[in-house]
Amino acid sequence: MAYFQTEHLTKNFGGLIAVNDLSFQVEQGQIFGLIGPNGSGKTTVFNLITGYYPQTSGTMRFKGSTIDGLPTWKVCKLGIGRTFQVVKPLRRMTVLENVMTSAFNRRQSMQAAREKALEVLEFCELSKKLDYPAKGLTIGDRKRLEIARALATEPELILLDETMAGLTPQEQREGVELIRRVRDTGKTIIIVEHIMHVIMNLCDRILCINYGQEIALGTPAEVANNQAVIEAYLGKE
Amino acid sequence: MRINRWVLLGIVLFFLAFPVLVPSDYYRHIFIIALMWVLIGSSWNLLAGFTGQVSFGHAIFFGTGAYTAGLCVTKLGISAWWGILLGGPVSTLVGLFIGWVCFRLRGPYFALATIAVGEIFRLVAIDWRSFTEGMEGILIIQTFRSKLPYYYLGVALAALCMFAIHRVVYSKWGYYFVAIREDQDAAESMGISAFRYKSLSLMISSFFTGLAGAFYMNYMAFIDPHVVFNLHDISIMAILVGIIGGVGTIWGPPVGAFIMVFLQETFRSSFFGLFPRWVSESHVLAFGLLVIFVIRYLANGVIGDWPKIRRLWTREKAYS
Amino acid sequence: MEILVQTLVSGVLIGGIYALIGIGMTLIMGVMKIINLAHGQLMMVAMYITFVLFEYFGLDPYFSLLVSMPALFLLGIFLQKYLLNPLLKVDSILPENQVLMTVGIGMVLTEIIRFIFRSDYRSVKTAYSATALYIGPISLNFPMVVAFGIALLLTAALFFFLLKTDLGKSVRATAQNADAAMIMGINAHWITVLTYGLGSGLVAAAGTLLLPIYYLFPDIGGPFTLKAFVITMLGGMGSTIGAILGGVVLGVAESLGATYISMALKDAVGLVIFLLVLIFLPGGLKTLTKV
Repeated sequence: MAYFQTEHLTKNFGGLIAVNDLSFQVEQGQIFGLIGPNGSGKTTVFNLITGYYPQTSGTMRFKGSTIDGLPTWKVCKLGIGRTFQVVKPLRRMTVLENVMTSAFNRRQSMQAAREKALEVLEFCELSKKLDYPAKGLTIGDRKRLEIARALATEPELILLDETMAGLTPQEQREGVELIRRVRDTGKTIIIVEHIMHVIMNLCDRILCINYGQEIALGTPAEVANNQAVIEAYLGKE
Repeated sequence: MRINRWVLLGIVLFFLAFPVLVPSDYYRHIFIIALMWVLIGSSWNLLAGFTGQVSFGHAIFFGTGAYTAGLCVTKLGISAWWGILLGGPVSTLVGLFIGWVCFRLRGPYFALATIAVGEIFRLVAIDWRSFTEGMEGILIIQTFRSKLPYYYLGVALAALCMFAIHRVVYSKWGYYFVAIREDQDAAESMGISAFRYKSLSLMISSFFTGLAGAFYMNYMAFIDPHVVFNLHDISIMAILVGIIGGVGTIWGPPVGAFIMVFLQETFRSSFFGLFPRWVSESHVLAFGLLVIFVIRYLANGVIGDWPKIRRLWTREKAYS
Repeated sequence: MEILVQTLVSGVLIGGIYALIGIGMTLIMGVMKIINLAHGQLMMVAMYITFVLFEYFGLDPYFSLLVSMPALFLLGIFLQKYLLNPLLKVDSILPENQVLMTVGIGMVLTEIIRFIFRSDYRSVKTAYSATALYIGPISLNFPMVVAFGIALLLTAALFFFLLKTDLGKSVRATAQNADAAMIMGINAHWITVLTYGLGSGLVAAAGTLLLPIYYLFPDIGGPFTLKAFVITMLGGMGSTIGAILGGVVLGVAESLGATYISMALKDAVGLVIFLLVLIFLPGGLKTLTKV
């Protein structure tokens, strides 16, 4: 039994099959990549894992037990955190307040939550912007905040959804660094990404999907050389 | 807007001394009603301003609290003062039920549902004569002839409510409420059960509004479905109090309560007798225009848009 | 059995008029994504216009349609353009600002009318108000039948407009996705203004048609706003066909409630249905028909 796995995961939106019979396994401490062209179903997989909507069929298991049918907040309590592709900052709260809200997931008192939040913000290099209202942040900082929020819930498995999109090359480098540091603290990561060099550098294993179905699964080198993958992307970088 | 503790002390002292400074029963009455609205407005604001669930049916809880106190007399044969203890909890139970029915709806649809439930309560209260005495209402004997005991009770309840809400807002629950307001989906992904926390917010909100209702029964000594389950005079007034003062702030509703009650009284008395009679009949019109004006230009209320108001003032001064 | 059929027939007839109220609101809901809590009040204004035309000019209500509909259409456009649209740019804590604004508008409309006409009950009694048509033992109130017929015509015209004309298609496009519609060159700003006017015009028609068989006082707006959104929830928010179904269902349910339970609780029937739909069928009847 793997740390996290899906078995024949399928999601049918009344005729549109967004996720089609996906089975994959993620080992503890891995960085697992999920790639595929736009609309291939990647975010849907994340939404299924976090319980945003129920799957049509198939099972998902985390640390041995199924997480099917659990509400989103319970999935978070169990130790799975996520970021959103289109970031969702709590706009009228400050950066610190945003992260404190997440920290309350495992901490009860204001003091403890604040400590955890400060610690996470330090880790994500957002300490200087503690009191900035979230709605005033640059896109780069918002992405960091998104990750900080997910980290403050003290998850064991984190789902990162296109955290590099829209960032400058420098910001992307810093982002990759951050993700490596997250893994080094012992977390397991599933990352959805479009930017090839990021994925290839970070991931231990990659699953490539198209139209909700698996087209390649293996090490970065294997997947990069896979004919079907190249075709799916039509040589896209 | 964290208030200076000397200012707070000053406010408390003022309210304690007021009835002594102003021996007029008329003004004491206005203050008592305003204090009651501090309760209702603050509770509405906790649910709407802080948690983002805009209720158009707070009359439900007010009426429930009022009838709980009234029924103590008519059905249980005990004093209506027991309603002060029971009004809150009974309203909370009603709140739980409402939440279970209505929280599956988001935004404006939640608002609609609260209107519908409010109307149902009103119609049932009218029709179920054997239980509520229908349109005849419930009439009790006022315990005190002087307004002072009611005034000080009002001050105590308002202070209790504001203290409680202050504690809640600056706690984990407060953070959770605002998270739900800002982005319910994001909140869920942070381990917050939106349903559970919306319900908690509603329970606190309905508790204090129910308490206000029970207070009303004891003070005014008469209630009927039209008065306490009233959409315009209670539910919408609660919203106005919240909006005028400033939603999502702690001091907004109290400020709004006093502004609204004084405004209402100013109109009812035709500007204290200075204007002709027809002015008193137009107070609802004035309220409607006020809603339109505030929403259009001052959407965050007096407290929330205070910077905006100050800027207007200073700009005027610059020219003179 | 006879009573049942009679009840059902009356219910359907009034349901047709209710449908007009519902369609107007659902259009506004679909395009602007707000609930128009001034809907009943707009209808009330139309009813007073009809009343004045009848009392002082002797104009038959059915001809007043030609006045009340355009008048409310213009009023609707004015309200939307100057009071509601500007709110879209304001970032306030309460997203329901537009809804609250409609509450304010409703209050102002009611009070202005009350100021002019006092709170007295008014009615319009035409020569044919009390006449009835008979199909076997079932009696049909003549004004109601005419109203139903006109309501059908207006609904058909509306469908033609929405489905066949360019402007109508623009309305539907904006309802589905305002941003996409704007990219395609549709002036979404004007479409929202137009739609509010359209919704107002339709509810004006409902009011004018209802006046001969109802009575009139300034506070009549509130209950009708409630009915409007019960219908809209029943039928599914944004669905015009749903609004028709919802209108008929509400009409029949109220009719049954009045006959078999009590006159007084007739209004409560609609509210209870509303709650039941909320609990068990959140998408409205629309989800049943998969339209």
